[in-house]
Order: sequence, then C-alpha cells, then structure tokens
Amino acid sequence: MARESEDAGMAKASKVKRQKKKKTKENKTRTVQANILYDNAKGEENPNRHYANNKIKTTKYTVLSFLPKNLFEQFHRFANVYFVFIALLNFVPVVNAFQPELALAPVVFILSVTAIKDLWEDYRRHRSDKEINHMDCLVYSRVERRYVEKYWKEVRVGDFIRLRCNEILPADVLLLSSSDPDRLCHIETATLDGETNLKQRQVVRSFFDLDCDFDPLKYNSVIECEKPNNDLNRFRGYIIHRSGRRDALYKENLLLRGCTIRNTEEAVGIVIYAGHETKAMLNNNGPRYKRSKLERQMNVDVFWCVIILLVMCLFAAVGHGLWMFQYGDKRPVFDVLSPEGTDLSPIMSAIYLFLTMIIVFQVLIPISLFVSIEIVKICQVYFIHQDMDLYDEETDSHLQCRALNITEDLGQMQYIFSDKTGTLTENKMVFRRCTVAGVEYSHDANARRLAMYQEMDSEEEECTSHGGTLPRRDSVTSHQSAPVVLRSQSTKSHRRTGSRAEAKRASILSKHTAFSSPMEKDITPDPQLLDKVNECSSQMDFMRFHSQPMSQLPSDLSDIIDFFIALTICNTVVVSSPNQPRQKVRMRFELKSPVKTIEDFIKRFTPSRLTSGSNSSSSSSLITNRSSNKGCSSMLSSPSAESTLTKLDEERPPRGLDHAFSPVPPCYDGKAWDKEEGELRYEAESPDEAALVYAARAYKCSLVGRLPDQVTVELPHLGKLSFELLHTLGFDSTRKRMSVVVRHPLTDQITVYTKGADSVIMDLIKPPNTGKRQKKIVYRTQNYLNLYAADGLRTLCIAKKILSKDEYACWLQRHLEAETAIQGREELLFESALRLETNLQLLGATGIEDRLQDGVPETIASLRKAGLQIWVLTGDKQETAVNIAYACKLLDPEEEILTLNADSQVAAKAFHTNFAPFEIYPSSSPSSSSSHTVPFMVHRLGLVIDGRTLAYALDKSLEDKFLAVARSCRSVLCCRSTPLQKSMVVKLVRNKLKVMTLAIGDGANDVSMIQVADVGVGISGQEGMQAVMASDFALPRFRYLQKLLLVHGHWCYSRLANMILYFFYKNAMFVALIFWYQFYCGFSGSAMIDQWYLIFFNLMFSAFPQLITGTLDKDVSAETLQQLPHLYVNGQNSEEYKPYMFWMNMIDAFYQSLVCFFIPYFAYADSDVDLFTWGTPITTLALFTILLHLGIETKTWTWMNWLSITFSIALFFTVALCYNASCPTCYSPSNPYWTMQRLLQDPLFYLLCAITPVAALLPRYFYRACQGTLFPSPVQVGRQVKVGSPLSPKPPFLSLAKPSPKGCNKKDQRSFPSSNTPPAKKGPVSQADEEKGQRSQVQPSDSVRSHSDLYTLVATEIDTLPYTKDAPTTLGGATASFNQSL
Amino acid sequence: MVKQEKASANRPDNTAFTQQRLPAWQPMLSAGIVIPGFVLIGLAFIGIGVALFVTSRGIQVLEIDYTGVEQNSPCFPCTDQNRKNCVCDVNFSIDTLFQGPVFFYYGLSNYFQNYRKYGVSKDDYQLSGDLSYFKAPSSTCSPYEYDKNNKPIVPCGSVANSMFNDTFKLFQIVNGAKKQVSLDGKGIAWWTDYNIKYRNPSVTPLKNAFNGTVKPLFWSKPAYELDLSDPANNGFINQDFLVWMRRAALPNFRKLYRRITDGDYAQGLPAGNYTLEVSYNYPVLSFGGRKKVVFSNVSWMGGKNEFLGIAYLVIGSMCVFMSIVMLIVYAKFKFPEED
Repeated sequence: MARESEDAGMAKASKVKRQKKKKTKENKTRTVQANILYDNAKGEENPNRHYANNKIKTTKYTVLSFLPKNLFEQFHRFANVYFVFIALLNFVPVVNAFQPELALAPVVFILSVTAIKDLWEDYRRHRSDKEINHMDCLVYSRVERRYVEKYWKEVRVGDFIRLRCNEILPADVLLLSSSDPDRLCHIETATLDGETNLKQRQVVRSFFDLDCDFDPLKYNSVIECEKPNNDLNRFRGYIIHRSGRRDALYKENLLLRGCTIRNTEEAVGIVIYAGHETKAMLNNNGPRYKRSKLERQMNVDVFWCVIILLVMCLFAAVGHGLWMFQYGDKRPVFDVLSPEGTDLSPIMSAIYLFLTMIIVFQVLIPISLFVSIEIVKICQVYFIHQDMDLYDEETDSHLQCRALNITEDLGQMQYIFSDKTGTLTENKMVFRRCTVAGVEYSHDANARRLAMYQEMDSEEEECTSHGGTLPRRDSVTSHQSAPVVLRSQSTKSHRRTGSRAEAKRASILSKHTAFSSPMEKDITPDPQLLDKVNECSSQMDFMRFHSQPMSQLPSDLSDIIDFFIALTICNTVVVSSPNQPRQKVRMRFELKSPVKTIEDFIKRFTPSRLTSGSNSSSSSSLITNRSSNKGCSSMLSSPSAESTLTKLDEERPPRGLDHAFSPVPPCYDGKAWDKEEGELRYEAESPDEAALVYAARAYKCSLVGRLPDQVTVELPHLGKLSFELLHTLGFDSTRKRMSVVVRHPLTDQITVYTKGADSVIMDLIKPPNTGKRQKKIVYRTQNYLNLYAADGLRTLCIAKKILSKDEYACWLQRHLEAETAIQGREELLFESALRLETNLQLLGATGIEDRLQDGVPETIASLRKAGLQIWVLTGDKQETAVNIAYACKLLDPEEEILTLNADSQVAAKAFHTNFAPFEIYPSSSPSSSSSHTVPFMVHRLGLVIDGRTLAYALDKSLEDKFLAVARSCRSVLCCRSTPLQKSMVVKLVRNKLKVMTLAIGDGANDVSMIQVADVGVGISGQEGMQAVMASDFALPRFRYLQKLLLVHGHWCYSRLANMILYFFYKNAMFVALIFWYQFYCGFSGSAMIDQWYLIFFNLMFSAFPQLITGTLDKDVSAETLQQLPHLYVNGQNSEEYKPYMFWMNMIDAFYQSLVCFFIPYFAYADSDVDLFTWGTPITTLALFTILLHLGIETKTWTWMNWLSITFSIALFFTVALCYNASCPTCYSPSNPYWTMQRLLQDPLFYLLCAITPVAALLPRYFYRACQGTLFPSPVQVGRQVKVGSPLSPKPPFLSLAKPSPKGCNKKDQRSFPSSNTPPAKKGPVSQADEEKGQRSQVQPSDSVRSHSDLYTLVATEIDTLPYTKDAPTTLGGATASFNQSL
Repeated sequence: MVKQEKASANRPDNTAFTQQRLPAWQPMLSAGIVIPGFVLIGLAFIGIGVALFVTSRGIQVLEIDYTGVEQNSPCFPCTDQNRKNCVCDVNFSIDTLFQGPVFFYYGLSNYFQNYRKYGVSKDDYQLSGDLSYFKAPSSTCSPYEYDKNNKPIVPCGSVANSMFNDTFKLFQIVNGAKKQVSLDGKGIAWWTDYNIKYRNPSVTPLKNAFNGTVKPLFWSKPAYELDLSDPANNGFINQDFLVWMRRAALPNFRKLYRRITDGDYAQGLPAGNYTLEVSYNYPVLSFGGRKKVVFSNVSWMGGKNEFLGIAYLVIGSMCVFMSIVMLIVYAKFKFPEED
C-alpha cells in the first residue's frame, strides 16, 4: 500500500492520499516517509502531514473555549445545576426573594472559584507544555543541508533528528544511525517506566552496515508501522527500501520520547510518532477520580438536607396559606395585592410561597461545601506531598498523590492487600547459596558477612564514603539544579556508588545504584567451590595448552565451569565503566584481533544478525578493524537472510581451533585490566541477573564485556574468553526462563545456557533415564531447591544443552521464519523457544535472597495494631512466601497456620467439606454482622492458600465459606496467585464484606488489584512505573504506608469528617434562624437577615476558619498516632462521622438557632426596633456562635486559626459597615443604611453579643468537657498523652488492639485490656483448631517439611523473635492435632 | 510525558508549616481548666445580670390600649368604619412622677409590617427625591403604583400607603382644666433617614414637585401637607412618615410618636390625671389588630426590658451550677484513677 503511494503521481495525489488515509485507518498502520523529500513539511504532497506534530498541548482549554467548556463541565455537577436553578427562580417576580442579581452571587462565586482553580491548573499545564515545547533539538534541514537547532514543537513526523549524549528524546524516533561502533544506542527509560537500567537500542538493520555518517539526503525508504498505541513494549513494522527490500522493525529500533540517550555520542533517527501520538504521551493518563466513602456518606446527608429543606418550605407554605385564610375577605392594610390588583387565594399564595422559601432557605444546602472540600483536599494533598517522613532520600522521590480526592479514605482502611516482591521486600537480590551438580555450597562465610553488613549499615550509614565518586559529586548537584536535563555531562558517573550512605547523597540518578550496592557486589565465595573452580579452570587451561578436547574434563568439574559461565553470560547484563561515561568497556586487544577472512566467514555464518534483534552478529571485535578498512558502503548491500542460510552449510569447515583461541592473547595488558576491573559495573534488567553476575565474579568468573554478538568472560587461568553469542531468547513471564545460544570458545560447541524458574526448568530436563548421574543430580538439586525455598530464597535453575550444528541450523531456520512472521509472531516465537529449550542438562541451582525492605515488620505490626487486616497476595512459591511472611511478622509463630492446598477437583470437594465446620461461626455468633466481631479468633489463625486452591475458593459456591474462614484468620497469605486472582480476591473482600480495601504493589502484576481496591498504592520501586501509573498514591517504600495511613489518613479523615459535619451544622443553624422568624412574619418568606449577609455568610464571613481548621487541625499529634496505632480504629469505624452525628448536629443547630433567635427576640420585645436593626445583631450573634462552635471543635490552635477567626469577624464588620454606609438608595428592598453604625453605639448590641453565644454553646461545651474528663474516646486519651513521656502508666489500655466499636465511648474502657479476652470464649478457639487439624490433612506432604524448616530458618534470620521451635506447645491440645496433621 | 524536573531536588521543604508542626495551643477540655472558666464566666454574667435587672426595674412604662374593642371603652364609637374624623378622649392617671424625658409611642399589635411583599412595596429612588421616579414609580410599588386614572402615586407603595394616621394630643387635668402637654416631634426619626436617605425634590414650593401625581389612596392629605405647622416637616422627610417607613421587626411593635422634652414637662410627667385626645382614623379591627399608646422613659440600655437581666442571671447561674456539677463528677471519677 505504501508502494502504491510512492509511485503516485502528483495529479492523482490528493485522491490517492485520501484513499490512503482511509486505508491507513482500516489497516491500522502508519506510513512514514522522510520529510526532506518534500519541500515543505506541511505541504500538500507530504504524506506525513496528517500526523500529529510534536507540539504537545495537555491543556484542556484555550482562551476562547475556556468559558463555555469550563461551564459545561461544571454543570455536570448536579449541585451547580440546582443552585443555578434557584438563582434563576429568583428572576420570577411572583416568587423572588432577593434582588435577582444578588441571588446569582453565590453560584457565580462558586463557579468562578472552581473556574479559577481550573484555570490555574490549566495554566500550569500550559507553562510546562511551553517549556517542553521549547526545548531544543537538532533537526536536519533540507535547505541548509545540515542539522539545525529547532524547538521540540517544530519537529514533525518524518524529520531526521540528531541526538547527542544525555539528550532527552523529543519524539518516538526510529534509530537509523549511531556513533557507537556496534550501531547501538543506550537509553535510559527511567522517566518512562521507572526502570533504572540502560537499555540497548539498535540501528535499523538495513542501516547497520553503513560505516560513514548517515546522510539523510540519501534516505529514500518508506517506513510502515503500527498506528500510535500506548504499549511501550511493542513496536512492529517494516521499512521498505527503494530496492523493494523489506526489513522488519522492532521495539529495539525505537527510541521513545522522554528517554535519555546515554553512553552514545551521537545518534540519528527519523521521527515516527510525534507529540501526542508518542507512546509516552499515550501512556500519560491524568489523575483519577474516585469518590471517597466519606463523600458517599456526605451525599446521603446532603439528601437529608434537601428533605429538611422541603419540609421546612412545606411547613412555611401551609402556614402562609392558613395565615392568609384567617383574614378571609377582610384584607388587612398591610396586605399587598397581586400586580393585577386581585387577591391571591390562600392556596395560590401558599404555592408561590413554597418556591420563595426554597430560595430563602437555599443556604441549607451547603453550596460552598463542595468547593470547600476540594480546597481542603488540595491542601491535604499538598501537605502529604511535603512530608519529610515520606521522602526517600535515596531515590529522591516522595509520595505522589495521583488521586486528589480520596485522601480521607486513607483513614478508613480495613483491609490491606499487599504484594510481596518489591513491596515487602526490596527487590534487591543477594546471592546466598548455590548447588552445582547436586552438591550444595552453603556460603556460610557470605551469610556471616551479610549479617555483619546489616549491622554496620544500620549503624553508620553516613560514615562510609567512597573516594572514587567524590570528585563527581559536584556535577550531581549542578545537574539537579538545571531545570531540564539536556546535555549535562557525566550523568553516567552517578550510577556507581560505593555504599548505601553514598547512595543517599546522590539523588536523581542514584536509583541506578540499586543493583550494585556493595552488599550485593561483594560476595564471599565458598572456599570449597572456589577451589573447585580454580582446579577446573587450571585443568582447562592445561588442556587447552595441550590441545586436548575439553570433553575429557571430569563431568562434575565441567559442570562447575559451565554453571559459572551460564551465570555470567546467560543474561542481558551490560558492562560499563564509570570512568568513560560515553564508551563501553572494550577490550583493548580487540584491535589486534584476527584476519579478515575470519571476519567474512563469521559474517556469513551467522545470518541471524540480519533479522533478530539483540543478537546481531557482526563481530564487534572486528568492527573497528572493518570500519578503518571500509568506505561508505551501501546499506542495502548486505545479503538477505535466505541466502545466508543456504551458505551456512557450505562454509563451515574453515573454522578451526585457532579461531577459538585467537581472540584471547593470554595476559595481554593484564595488569591494566585488573586495575580497571574494580570499576566495572553491571547494569541488569532484573536484579536477579545482577546478583548472579556478581556472584560469578566472586569466583573470578567475571563478565568483562558484552557486545551484541559476543560476550567476554574472564576466567581464572584461562584469561579472557570470548563467547560468540549466536542467539538470545529473552526472559518472559510465560516461559519463565531465558536462554542464550553461544559458541563455546574452548569446545567450539554450540551451547545453549538456560536459566529459569525451577518449576519450569525441571520439566525441561532431559528425561532422567538417560543417565544415572543426571538423575541423581536432578533429585538432589530438587531437594536443595526445596530447602532454599523454605529459607525464603528465590530459586533459579541453571541448565545447558549442546547442539549440533545441524540441529542449530534447523532450529535457526524455523526461528527466523517465526521472527519474520507478521501475524502471530509471539506465538511462533514462543513455540520456537520451546523447541530449543528442551532436553536440557541440569547444572545447578542458585538461591537468591530478596531482602525485606527496611521497617517492614515494624510497619506490619503497627498496621495490624491499627486494626488493619493484612493479606499478602504473591505470585511466589508457598514456601518462600510463608517464610517472608514470618520474617516480616505477618505470620506469628504463636499462631496456627491453616494451609489450604487443593490439587484437584476432588480435593476441592474435600476442601469444600472442610469448610463446613466454619459455617457455624458466622451464623452462630449473632454479633458477627460487623467485620470486627470475632476478636477471639482473629489472634489465633493464619491462613495460607495457594493459587490453585484459591481458584476453587473464589468459585461462587465457595466464596462465602472462604471469606468466613479468611475473616476469622489474623492474616492471610495467598501464594502463586495470578494478577487476576489478586484482583478477584480484593473485589470479593470489598464487595462481600463491605470494607474499605487498600492494595499495594509495585509491579505490573499488581495493576489490576490496585485498580480494584478502594485505594491503590503503588511502590515506585524497581519494577517500573506501571503500578504507579495505576495507583492513587505512589510510595517510595512500603514502610511509609504506616505514616500515610496512621497519620495522614487519620488526619485527613478526621479533618474532613469534622469539617463536613460542621458545614451541615453551620448552614442548618443559620437557616433555622430565618425559619423561626417565619412564625412572626406570617410565613411570608421575609428575612430579618439582610440579603447580603444571607448570601455572603457562607461564602465569605464564615468560610475561612473552617478551611483552616479543615486543613490544619490535628486531633492527635503525628508521634502519638504512630505510637498508638489503635487510634486508627477511629477512622475505620467512622467514629468521627456517624449517621447519628449528622442528626445530633442538626439538633444542636436548631437549639443554637433558637437561642440566637429568641434572646434578641425577647431583648427587643416591646421596643420600636426596626426589621434590620433587629436582624443585624442576630446575624452577628450567629456568626459569633458559629465561629465559637468551630473553636470548640478545633483541637489545635495555631496562629492561622486565630488569624482566620479574627479575619472573619473583621471582614464581617468591615463589609457590614461599608455596605451600610455606601448607598442610601440602593440595595432594595432591605436598604439597611447606617444600621450597623447605629448598632455599634447601642450597648444592648454588645450585651447580646456576650450572652447569646455563651448560652447557645453551653450545652455543647459542657458535653465536650464532660466527655473529655469522664469518658474520653481513645482519640481524646491519645491527645492527652505526652509523646516522649513513658507510656507505662496506661500500657494495657493503649496496647488495646481492637476495641469493639461500642466500647469506645464507654467509661469502663480504662479497664478494658484486662477483660479483653474473656476466658469463656476460649472454647470455640480450641474447637476451631481441632477442626483445622482435620482439615489440614488435605495438605500435600511436601509442605510438611517446610513447616519445620521454616522455624529453624526464621530462628536464624531474626534473632529478635522471642520464640523457640516448640513455641506452639503453649496451645496445648490444639497444637497436638496441628503437629499431627503436619 | 516528560517529567518536569524541578529546579531543586524533590526534597520537601522542611518548615514548620509544610511539616504541619506549627506551634499550636491545644486546649484540653478537661475539668481542671473548664471548672474555673465556668465559674468566672458565671460570676461575670451574674454581675451584669444584676446591673441590667436593676436598671430595667427603674424604668417606668405606661401602656394604654385605645382600640375600643369593649363597649365601654372610650374609643368604641370610633370603631365604626363609617364615622369620619372621630375623636375620642382616653383618660388615665399617673401616681408618681413619670421621670423625663418621657417617650410617647404608639403601638400596633398583630400588624405585619415585616410581611415580605409589604416590605418590598416602596421606591427608594422616589423617596430620595428623584423626580423621574415621580412620573414613573418603580414596579415594586405595585399595586400602589398608579391610581385608576393611571396617575402615578407619590409616595408609592404599600408601606407609604398604609401610614399610621391617628394623631394624639395629651392634656394634663390641672384643677379640672385641660393643660396641653407639649409634644416634641423633632428628631424622632433616625438622623440618617431625615438627612440622607429620604430627600424631598429640590423644587420650591414643594407642592410643584407633586404636580401630575396623586396622594396614596389611603391618605387624607398629600405628602407635602403632612405638617401644616412646620414646612420643613413635609414631604418625604416628615418625621412621622420616616418613623412609619422604618418597618418594625415583629408583628407587635411600637413606634415613637413624640417626646416630652420641653416646657413644664421636661422633668417628666407629674402625678395627676391626664387625657389623651385621639383622632381615631386607623382601622385595625378588621384584621384583629390592636392600637395602644405607650409612655416610657429610657435608660442607657433602652426601654424597659427585664428579659436580658434575667437571661444573664440564668446563664450565669447555669455556668456556676455546671461547674459545681463537674467538680463533683471530677472529684468522684477522675481523682481515684490518677492514683
């Protein structure tokens, strides 16, 4: 299709274009041609002109569209429509209550506040857009025939741009040329996906052989690729050359917008997607909007307010009708006829009055509530953002609130669903143990060193410093201070860090130290294994020297060396040296590498380089050589894949032994190398890989260089060996393994090294009947694997396979077909990989420790004390998960573990029946309607369930039973669960138990769970940004969850709850004043409060103090909240805002308004007071009362509270005085000229101001005082606790984990702890245990041993845990059955 | 998405404000603080209450209902709607000296000057002397905007239309002879009303300004002839008109009619018999209203009102009482726990 358009003549151009455009849409592809072929980038004939340019505009509005669009959006909110309706009602003369223009004021005010807020946000977006749009980049200019500086926004699809080191990519660019001799370009994608390692991108294959600079003028190919989409990990398409040749394009060829070029001097590419069509922009979703629980509750009460309003209006209308009726035909002199001069019937007047009353009482529906809540939430988000305690210095990241309107939900969580890896653990891998050829090497010394390290690390993190990075620290800071990172040099250098203390100092880029902290780097080798490695390699050296075939090596020794080679090369680790930030470490002897004939041979021998991505074949050791010899050859001159393949067989023979040795001149500049070796750093895609490479290096088997087609390994005695990399099958989560195909330089065999999850690799091992030794190895390795898993280590199996050249060629051919396939490529590649990775020979296995993050056990303990149920949902193996759970104190050795493992449908049925006994619990205890009512069981049981069983448990018929069991357990651990299951569990708990759920995770597999939960929290850690993108809050570390929930959640909730209640109170109180007046004005809708005060009271006079209190009030200090986690229960049970509280507030409001109405009423009775001279004091009194009420409810007074209250009062008087003095004739009908001025001379006014608020607030104050003294809520007790003072006087009370909701306000709470667990309730516990004993017989036998192992492990790992192996015996008979079942 | 890299690192500001560590006063609603506070407030209130009560006690008030509902009341004959220019004499006596200055009010009951539509029915621009509104009164005055002949009514509107038009003369019976008590009608309205808010058009004579307009339907005299004795007391700045136009807050109200400030009665009304000559015009019986006259002297806190003093005493006592209750409760529950 692109071909057609290429030849299309100018005459038909437009028609063809249209056709093409249509077609393009249909076919979901995009065709890109170079812009320089055309005069003008926007010209008619340019096929790229339809594509979005690189100017980004994330703003919602333009100057013109702002008003209509913003209004339109605002009217989506029902409340706004309602208020506009009321304002418009005022324009109807029969029913109007206020000056119509004035009645518009509140709604206009609210709309404009919101509009200003929107405008400000939009302006900020606009500014950042502008800044980004005006960044510079080099674009090739057809006119000037060189690269010229242009703004980003001027970049268009089809432009050639030149990128320099450390530049940020302005658009999605197809890489056409790179200064790198390997035609690579390294990019850092941290801004995009958070992944901290460098990624290699490769020049499009057809341009690979271009040895001179890329000349855009010679480019005349057409690129056809996918339509823009947001999948960062997919790019497919092909490039069609003038000659008709097609080359496939992969994501490895695409540089994504927002990434930074690293390690590459210069690169040139053509823009494929620009601006909003770039993958980065397509991935950029705005903040999410959720409705919080509090807001839902509030809306119910808003609804009640509407009802109250209607009742009041109806009451007034009926009253008015009766009042009119009593006069009958006799019209009083003060009656006013309708404009037509006729009497209205009482009924008609009543109907009109009803509408009038709606206008008068509109204040009851808190118009400013919504906007106030928004303002307060923004402030809350600001404060959460600013919290130093939630700031992680190491990564220079702080908490991000991505959802702006559910802050208060954080204070109401009941269930936490957590991922394990990367969330509870650091996802930093430390090599701990390994087994090779069935022999275990325990690495005791390493374990000891690690333990020591941990101590040292915690003690003096700051003291250690590393000389190597010191001089570069200046550049770190300068780099940060630049607003936009563009060409700052030496960014690379920050990747290396000497210690964790060092890491903390380096900021933005220090993320990259993640995989190479000293703890992971320094591994004390196991002496036994080290000896064997030495022995083995010296033997090999000897054999090589004597040209003996390597197969004579004893198989256990060869296994060892293979094992380490596999560790070293079976990965995608990139080696780099900090001293040469722009260049990769390159072995110097490469310059002396051999002759041209070999090079040619290799070129033809390995056809894969033409098509496959990462394993391109042109031997890098030869590139320098070649480029010196060659001129600018055409890029299309290289032979096609097919022809290469045919030549494969013919040209093999010349390859000889000499080749195997040739690249390795022994001990060449060895000394210089050693010096540099310490400086080598590995950048891996996953931390496991890095850990393994470092482990191998400890055994002197170090990776020293990786090129697309060659891996160089330095081995003891043998020196450097270059493995020719024939193919890499990358890791993916479905295969759970990766493989490399290399040509072994010593044996010259084509060898496949595979590394992967034990469950997968074990199935791929050659059937054991092939050799007794192999069978034994498999058996023993499996044993050790189980042991490792029990230790909580992550296990990986290493295997190898030797291919004959024919086998390889056969496989390669089919693999190439798969790779070139356009449709179903993934499936074909998967099958192809499967063909290669079979009949493996097991070498060994490794155990890697995933260390717990700092403070995880403490956080979990404290969250649990806060009454939160914590479930861990992980994809890990059960044994690993259980052990981590013990380590982080999720499971307690004191508690019984129910393990649910069902293997089949039959087992599921057994499972079903086993649940039966549990049915009695929810049904037998009458109080079980609340989720907090089974405390006697909560402390006793932990549930472990695996994915397969979970699938049954989540079945409709069983889910209730599953929940019943799970609810009665203190902690639940779901292992081997898929992402879907995770989200199903969350959904189940959320929907069935009607609880607030929080999901926390860090990886892509947690995304669905994060989205389902009420609050999703992402850990912005090592596994990329997908979880963060989906989350409502993003944390740098798990432990920050504690402060986020316990402190900020509590505060946000209590502030907002109190503010909402106060709002209802305030409006009701104010409106009721007018309501009482109706009894004295014939229910005529008359108001003694001037319309101005009536309308601005809410918006201005009483608005600020509540905002300040709503933002700043702290009912309990942060320290106390963290020390006394159980205060969190307050929010969980919605203690601050219960439905009855709304009514209590309403009653209080009515009482207060009665006081505020009738004290002036009686004080001015029998006087000549006029309407507004009487009404204005009432307004003033109401204001004082309302502010003082807020004062009673305010727990902490800062100067801002004082200021806001002073300001409110001053504002009221200023406005009143100005208003009353401004215009003697305006403001009809009230016209309160000089009223306030006269009042201020009246002593009665002051007397009223003194007594009324006191009388109005006396009951509330008395209640609060009594409550604080006599039956304080836990929160009030917490408030009185002096932090820092020993809590010992009240420890039993304070350690109370879960007071029953009702008990919270009871006096006897002080004695609660002792009577917390009534002995009478012990019965059901043991009963439950017995039943559990029966049930756990379902477990498969292999979990039995793991339980005993697990105790020993935890004992060794956490010395602090106060238990011994026989701890469960305290449980008596129950334990007996438990052990029996094991 | 190009992440905006801030000028500084992401490190938050470590200030008391951003870290929510502003110095704060934390009032504890505990008995220890509350009880003394309550006692203090209570005592202060009781003090004020006593002062108010005593002051209020010193104020003399004399109220006379002259509606004429009962047959034997002097104004009963005047209740007949058909009688025009009815005058009735109301006799009363004062036992002790009525301390001056004495304020003379008329009062209406069950009269809803605060009725919403009634309140709206006026034209502030007209009343401020804007001649253009004389020709075309604001529609808010409707239906008292134009008369049947479509002539504009000035002053328009229901409030002006319904102006109270009873007049009073007070005589002291000295030795059987009537001695008129001079009543001071100046300065009974608000100063701002008289001088700023209400203005006559600057046309002399005033009568000319009202050309082409008609007087309100209810009125017997046009606005420019309200006070024939004092030319400066006519039109919109007639004191009685101003007092009437200031709408009462409640349905039972009194309005200042005159003050007794000069002549023989400057020191107050001496004990003796008095006759009030009422020219009875204003109909109230149709809607169950009442009319009364009130003589009262005033103190610094206004007219007689015992409520406020009592309220202060009650609230003050309640505060003290509560503090005692809390003291008992506190002693009983709080102290043992602290051991």
